[in-house]
Amino acid sequence: MKSERRRHAVIMSKVVLGALALFMGLGCSKNQESAAPSAAGSASGSPAADDTLTVGFIYVGPKDDYGYNQAHHEGALVVSKLPGVKIREEENVPETDDAQKTMQSMVSLDGAKLLFPTSFGYFDPHILVEAKKFPDVTFLHCGGLYDATKHPVNAGSYFGYIDEAQYVSGIVAGMTTKTNKLGFIAAKPIPQVLRNINAFTLGARSVNPKVTTAVIFTGDWSEPKKEADATNSLADQGVDVVTMHVDSPKIIVEQAEKRGIFVTGYHASQAPLAPKGYLTGAEWNWGQVYTQYVAAMKTGHLFDHMPHLERGGFKEGFIKMSPYGVAVSGDAKKKADAAKAALTDGSLVIFKGPLSDNAGKQIIAPGAAMVQTDVNLEKMAYLVEGVKGSIP
Amino acid sequence: MNRAAAEAVLIRAGALLASMALFGAFVALAGADPFDVFYQMYRGSFGTSFSVQNTLLRAAPLMLTALCTAIPARLGLMVIGGEGAMVIGGLASITCGLACGAMPPWFVTVAMAVAGIAAGGAWVGFSGALRAYRGVNETISTLLFNYIAIALLSYFVEGPMRDPTSLNKPSTRAIPAEDMLQSIPGLEVHWGLVFGLVACVIAHVLMMRSVFGFGAAIAGGNLRAGMLCGLPVRRMMIIAAVLGGGAAGLAGMAEVAAVHGRANASLVTGYGYTGILVSFMAQHEPLAIIPVALLFGGIGASNGLLQRVDHLPDATVAVLQGILFVVILASETLYGRFAIFRPREERVVRSAVRGPTPEAI
Repeated sequence: MKSERRRHAVIMSKVVLGALALFMGLGCSKNQESAAPSAAGSASGSPAADDTLTVGFIYVGPKDDYGYNQAHHEGALVVSKLPGVKIREEENVPETDDAQKTMQSMVSLDGAKLLFPTSFGYFDPHILVEAKKFPDVTFLHCGGLYDATKHPVNAGSYFGYIDEAQYVSGIVAGMTTKTNKLGFIAAKPIPQVLRNINAFTLGARSVNPKVTTAVIFTGDWSEPKKEADATNSLADQGVDVVTMHVDSPKIIVEQAEKRGIFVTGYHASQAPLAPKGYLTGAEWNWGQVYTQYVAAMKTGHLFDHMPHLERGGFKEGFIKMSPYGVAVSGDAKKKADAAKAALTDGSLVIFKGPLSDNAGKQIIAPGAAMVQTDVNLEKMAYLVEGVKGSIP
Repeated sequence: MNRAAAEAVLIRAGALLASMALFGAFVALAGADPFDVFYQMYRGSFGTSFSVQNTLLRAAPLMLTALCTAIPARLGLMVIGGEGAMVIGGLASITCGLACGAMPPWFVTVAMAVAGIAAGGAWVGFSGALRAYRGVNETISTLLFNYIAIALLSYFVEGPMRDPTSLNKPSTRAIPAEDMLQSIPGLEVHWGLVFGLVACVIAHVLMMRSVFGFGAAIAGGNLRAGMLCGLPVRRMMIIAAVLGGGAAGLAGMAEVAAVHGRANASLVTGYGYTGILVSFMAQHEPLAIIPVALLFGGIGASNGLLQRVDHLPDATVAVLQGILFVVILASETLYGRFAIFRPREERVVRSAVRGPTPEAI
């Protein structure tokens, strides 16, 4: 029986190999038939007219994840409604060879001229490799990693100062909490995440100095079970407002609603998941950013109109707040709106002295301030006073 | 023999056709045109030279991770630790690659490959030893070792081996570009594909054409019988586990040396788990892994077009993989059920006695 099966397996391998060889033969001959470079694009059955711009979006997770990827997908939907633009989207593309192949496929099979590979880990090496390979295609990456001294000229990078929105969320949380205990569920102790934790805490303490924020690091971007456990554990400790910085806040928001505590969202709006407890949330506003890029692209010289490295907060329209939930008081709304206005016109700086970390060490001297463009903020490696927890 | 061959061919072909029909019905239910879906799958997997290379590139690591399950399976061990061995292999190879910085590139590549194989082999080999000497279930231990491997990767990448300039994506330092594993000349596919093909052939010779393989098949068929024959079953278990783990470790080395140039969380790819599926569909036969891995690579390569052109969700290809898996395994039960494939004399005997077929017993 055993040897019988083995023989079947060998025979099967021959059958499938034969079929594959046949397919590949067909493929090569087909490829030679349509050797013109534009033919690959038109093979999809809907050839792109000369003035139609095909824009590709690549996501590392599902585009309906209520989180990072959904925020980009919502931006892509805005782009898809622009005249003379066609979008192509691909979700769940891991940060491996797959990412490079998806970019190539969008360029050579879909005829895309502008690509938005949105995951942080797509940049190095994947975008760098492909941008060198396709000099007439523009690659724009979310993450702010572009370095003009060593990266290709047809690549660019953008990111938002979403800590401003976390600061405003913190104000709403600080005004809403009864126990003066807030919770923050974070993926990894990297600078971007620490900056959000600190901004959220500073916002809350600006309106309610008694507030503390308990932090739990789950260790990775998508850890649904640990995120649910962390939410429960925070609720058990008396925390009554949680927020997060993970790829998909879905589980945390749902669990918080189940436990009857409040929650502020991140990346996209999770309001539908927690109609009672959702206060507000820090959201990306990629639709506006992408519209600007596409308009610049249409002129034929994108980087004449946009810098290679573009960043922005409320003022530039990179971020927005979720609409206030039912539990937010009028007073809280007033204070949050005032802070948002001050962040927009630049009169409010989040990281300013005197500021100490949660071990008592002075970070910023009295009178000094770090504005959003300060490079020291990019290297943040501390938790501010009022945060309970330590960097693992 | 000819009838048996025809039976195998037709049952396989039938299983593939049945899978396609089921999948076609599924995508029709999802609102897409099945014929367009098949056309896009063909275009995305084998339709252009770019697609073929995409398929080959995706198939390469699957060949190596599938061997991690296939080789120990000959001895009756059910190892599902390919993911962990791949991660550990990648981690060991970058450590080694960074350590021999000033050496010539060929030396760095060889050293990294050896380190990857050794670390992956030791990783799964330890589970093999636990099974052989302590009776610890190897399926459970290799599964749990996957999580330990990923935790170790996170620890080293975010701790002792972290490149201080990798701020928001913790990574190790990178090996210099000239030390990277290059593409096969004329293709955009790195040498990992050759590693996979060669490893499958070597595994085939070892498991099907050598004394060791023969002994493994005996012990795999009946452990006690193998021991009674005087076979060193325990040692063979460990060797098989080491070989399987070494193959997956080599996949990790290729991922580090050809794709990323450094180790970071992107090394946790899921190839180890897909490899289990590939091994089962190839019935743990090393040579059959090659076409099955190509099939899976092709399905993966066509995924993008299904999403972009037919607007099907990403999970569509997972459904297809599932359908193929179930239908092909279910088709196993069809052997010996069709009278036409039976040798003539047996058919005569059977019609005379009207008993069950030998296969059914």
